Amino acid sequence: MALREFERGPRMILQALAFYVFAAVAVVAGIMVISARNPVHSVLFLILAFFNAAGLFVLLGAEFLAMILVIVYVGAVAVLFLFVVMMLDIDFVEMRQGFVRYLPVGALIGVVLLIELFIVVGGALALPEGKAVAEPIARLGTATNTEMLGRLLYTKYVYLFQAAGLILFVAMVGAIVLTLRRREGVRRQSVRRQLRRTRAESMQIVKVKPGEGV
Amino acid sequence: MYTAAIFLPLLGAVLAGLFGTRVFGGFIGERLSQIVTTGLLFLSAILGAIILWQVASQPNSSPVTVPVFTWIASGELRIPWALRYDTLSAVMVFVVTFCSAFIHLYSIGYMHGDSGIARFFAYLSLFTFAMLMLVTADNFVQMFFGWEGVGLCSYFLIGHYYDRDSANAAAIKAFVVNRVGDFGFALGIFAVFMLFGSLDFGVVLPGAQGLPGKQIAFAGTLVDGQYALTITCILLFIGAMGKSAQFLLHTWLPDAMEGPTPVSALIHAATMVTAGVFMVCRLSPMFEYAPDALALVTVIGAITCFFAATIGLVQNDIKRVIAYSTCSQLGYMFFAAGVSAYPAAMFHLTTHAFFKALLFLGSGAVIHAMHHEQDMRRMGGLWSKIKPVAIVMWIGSLALAGIPFFAGYYSKDIILESAFGAETNLGYFAFWMGIAAALMTAFYSWRLLFMTFHMPYRGDPHTYERIERTPWTMMIPLIVLATGAVVAGYLGYKHFVGEGWQSFWGASIKILPTHKALEHAHHSPLWVALLPVVVGVLGIALAWYAYMTSSRFPERMVAANEPLHKFLLNKWYFDELYNAIFIRPAFWIGRLFWKGGDGKIIDGFGPDGIAATTIKAARRVAALQTGYVYHYAFAILIGVVVFVTLKLIGVLR
Amino acid sequence: MWQIGLGHYLTVAAILFTIGIFGIFLNRKNVIVILMSIELMLLAVNINLVAFSWALKDLVGQIFTMFVLTVAAAEAAIGLAILVVYFRNRGSIAVEDINVMKG
Repeated sequence: MALREFERGPRMILQALAFYVFAAVAVVAGIMVISARNPVHSVLFLILAFFNAAGLFVLLGAEFLAMILVIVYVGAVAVLFLFVVMMLDIDFVEMRQGFVRYLPVGALIGVVLLIELFIVVGGALALPEGKAVAEPIARLGTATNTEMLGRLLYTKYVYLFQAAGLILFVAMVGAIVLTLRRREGVRRQSVRRQLRRTRAESMQIVKVKPGEGV
Repeated sequence: MYTAAIFLPLLGAVLAGLFGTRVFGGFIGERLSQIVTTGLLFLSAILGAIILWQVASQPNSSPVTVPVFTWIASGELRIPWALRYDTLSAVMVFVVTFCSAFIHLYSIGYMHGDSGIARFFAYLSLFTFAMLMLVTADNFVQMFFGWEGVGLCSYFLIGHYYDRDSANAAAIKAFVVNRVGDFGFALGIFAVFMLFGSLDFGVVLPGAQGLPGKQIAFAGTLVDGQYALTITCILLFIGAMGKSAQFLLHTWLPDAMEGPTPVSALIHAATMVTAGVFMVCRLSPMFEYAPDALALVTVIGAITCFFAATIGLVQNDIKRVIAYSTCSQLGYMFFAAGVSAYPAAMFHLTTHAFFKALLFLGSGAVIHAMHHEQDMRRMGGLWSKIKPVAIVMWIGSLALAGIPFFAGYYSKDIILESAFGAETNLGYFAFWMGIAAALMTAFYSWRLLFMTFHMPYRGDPHTYERIERTPWTMMIPLIVLATGAVVAGYLGYKHFVGEGWQSFWGASIKILPTHKALEHAHHSPLWVALLPVVVGVLGIALAWYAYMTSSRFPERMVAANEPLHKFLLNKWYFDELYNAIFIRPAFWIGRLFWKGGDGKIIDGFGPDGIAATTIKAARRVAALQTGYVYHYAFAILIGVVVFVTLKLIGVLR
Repeated sequence: MWQIGLGHYLTVAAILFTIGIFGIFLNRKNVIVILMSIELMLLAVNINLVAFSWALKDLVGQIFTMFVLTVAAAEAAIGLAILVVYFRNRGSIAVEDINVMKG
C-alpha cells in the first residue's frame, strides 16, 4: 500500500536511524550478556537488550507488545534473574581453561547457523513477495494495536489464552513447590490445632482480688 | 460306545497321571490309580469285544465313521478327528484293549512296591489311548498322531526306571530309531497329500487305483503314477520298519527290555510293534498297486525273521530271547503282507499278541519269583517251584512254535503256505527263510524252557530259597492269555483266513485278483503244509538233545564256531556299525560346530568375542553422556544445524 | 539502506539468536548465563514473529509472540527455581560442577 504523506522524508531517516541504534545496542548488549565477568552485569545487559528490543517493536507498530516486553520481561523476569543472582551469591569466575578448547567447534557451528539464516532470509527476500513493505500496520479506523489484539485474542484464540493462563499457574505452583522449605524453629500456625482448641485448655477463670495481680 | 472305547483309557491316564502322581498333590494315591485305570480299561475291552462282534457280524461291512470334531481346517487341508470302524480296526481295537486290560491287571501285582506306580499306570493307559487312536484313524494325520503318541509313551515306559543310566539310554535309543522311521512316514504322508490332495483314507484308498498309468508331476518331474505310488509306499513302509523293529531299524527293540516286563509285553509284543503291520494292511489298497513296494516288504520281512531268530539262539537274558522272537515273528507278518496275504498277517498278529504277551508276562513272573534275576544261566529247576507259570510258558511256546492245535500253528502255517503259494521268487525266498526261522524259533523257545524250568538249578542258593508264588493278579492274566493262545487260532481261522475271510474283512483289506497267494495257500501241497510242523518238532528235539541230555552239545557248538557265535551274540554287530556310521560322525559334527564355530568364530570375534565387543561399544557410547547440560544442548544444536543444512540443500537443488 | 525492510529485522533476530547459541556452550561461568542465553534466543524469535506480522499485515504473529512471552516467563521462573534448589543442595552452580547425570 502506498506510503502516507507524513512518512516520507526526514521521518524515514529518523526511523532508519532509530532502527540502527536499537539494533546495534541490542546486539552489543547480547554479546556482553554472555561475556561479562560479573553475573550481575550480565543481567543488566540482558535488561538493556530487552529495552532495545522493545524499541524495535515500537518501530514495527506493535506498541502493545513492546510495553508488555518492558513490563513483563524486564519488570518481572529480568528482575527475577537479578534476585536469584544476588541470592546465590555467585563469585566472579575467571574464564576457565576449557573455553579455548571448545571455541573452534562452537564458533564453527554458530557461524554455520548464521550463514544459513542469512541464506534463508536472502532467499525469502529475493522473492517478489518479500519486497518493499516498509510501513507500519494499517490502522482500521482509529483502533489501536491493543484494541485490535484484544479483538483477536478473546474471540479466535480464547482457548489458547486460557491455556496460557493455565501454564502460568502451573509454573507458579511449580516454582513454589520446588523451592519451598520448612525451616526449623519458625513459628507458624496450625489451623487444625487452633480449631481443635477447647475451652478447657485455653481459658482459665481466676478470681482476682482487687488490687492484686494474677 | 464307539468313542467311549477309545477315550476311556485317556480318562484313566489323565486321572492317574494328574491326580495320582504328585503333579497335583496326589489325591488319588496308588491303589486308586491302579484300580481306576485297570477298571476303565476292562470297560474298554468289553466295549471293544462288543464292537468287534457288531462290526464283524455284518457280512461285507463298509466302514462306520464316527466323527468327533474337526481338528485342522487350513485352506484346502481339512483334517477331521474321526473314528473309522471297519473290521480291521475293530480287530485291532479288541486286541489292544484286551491285552492292555489284562496287562494292567498283571502290573498291579508285578509293580508292587515300585516308587512310580501312578505314573506307570497313567503312561500305560495313555499308551493304550494313543494306540487306539492309531488304529481307528480315519486319515493319515490322525494315524501319525497315534503313531507318535505310542512312540512317546514307549519312551516314557522304557525309561520308567529313570535312575538307571541304561534305561534312559535305551529309551532315547528307542525314540530316536523310531524317529528315523517316522521321518520316512512323514515324507510318505507328504507324498500322499501331493498325489491325492487329501489325507482322508476315504479319499486316498479308493483313489490309489487310478494312479498307475497316469502322468503325475512328482518331485519336480513328470513321472508315471505307478512310480510315484511306489515311492510313497516305500516311504510309508520305512515308518513301519522303524515302529515294528524290522531289519535295519531294529536296534532299539532288545534295549527296550530295560523297561518293566509288562511294558515289554504290551508294547513290544502285542501293540506298538504291530502298528507297522496294521498300517501296511490298512493301506493295502495302496500297496496292492505298487508291486515293487510289496517286494521290498517281503524281502525285509523275510530277512528280519531269519536274522532275528539267529540272534535269539544265543542270548542269555530271558527277555532278550523273547524280544528277538518278537522281531522274528513280525518279519513273518510283514512278508505275509508282502505277498498280499494281509488276512494271514492280521491273523498271525492276533494270535501272536496272545502268546507273545503270555510269554513275556510269564517270563515276568519268573523274574518276579527270582527277585529280578534275568539271566537264564542262573536259573533252572523252577518247574517244581512255580508250576503254573511253567505250564503257561509251555503253552505259549507251543503256540509260538506252531505245534498243531495251538494258535500259532494256524496262523504260522497259513503265512508259510501263502508265501509258497505266491509262486514268485521272492515268495519262495520268504518261504525258506520262514522255515529256517521256524526251526530256530522252536529251538530257542525250548532252550528257554529247559534252561529256566527243567535243567538243574545253577543260580544263587539264597534266591532259590526265597522263590515266591505268583500273586493272583499276575496269574489270572496268564491263564486268560494262555486260553487265548490255545483257542484263538482254532476259533479265528475260518473268519480270518478261511472261507469266510472276504465277508469278515469286507472292504477293509483289498487284495487284487492277480495276487493269488492266499487263494493258493488253501490248496498248497501236503509237504508245504506239514513242513513247518516237522521243523518245529525237529527244533524241540534238537533243544532237548542239547540241553536235557549230557551231550554237551551247546558247548561243543560254541567252541567249534567261536567267530559265528560271537557274531550272533553281538547282534550281527549292528550297534557297532551304526555307532561308526551315524553316531560318531554326528558327534564329530557337533563338536566341530561347538569348538570351531561357537568357540573360534563367535567367541573369537574381536578381543573377547562378540559379547565383549558389545560391552565395549556400549561403554564408548555411554561416554557421550557427560552429565553437562550444555553438552546436551550443544548436541541438540548440532542436530538442528544438520537438519537445516539438509533442508536448505534440498530446497536449493 | 535507509529503507528498513523485513530483511533488516530478520538479520537482527538472526544475530541475536546466534549470540544466544554461543552463550549456551561457550560459557564457562555459571548456569544462569545459559538461562539468559535462552531468553536471548526467545527474544530473537519474538522479533522475527513481530517482523513477519508487520510484513504480512497479519496480527497472528503478535498473538503468537504474546504466547511465547508467556511461556518464556513461565519457563524462566521454573528454571530459576530449579537452579535455586540445586544450589541449595550442591552449593555450586559452576558449569563444570554440574555433571550429576553422567552416564
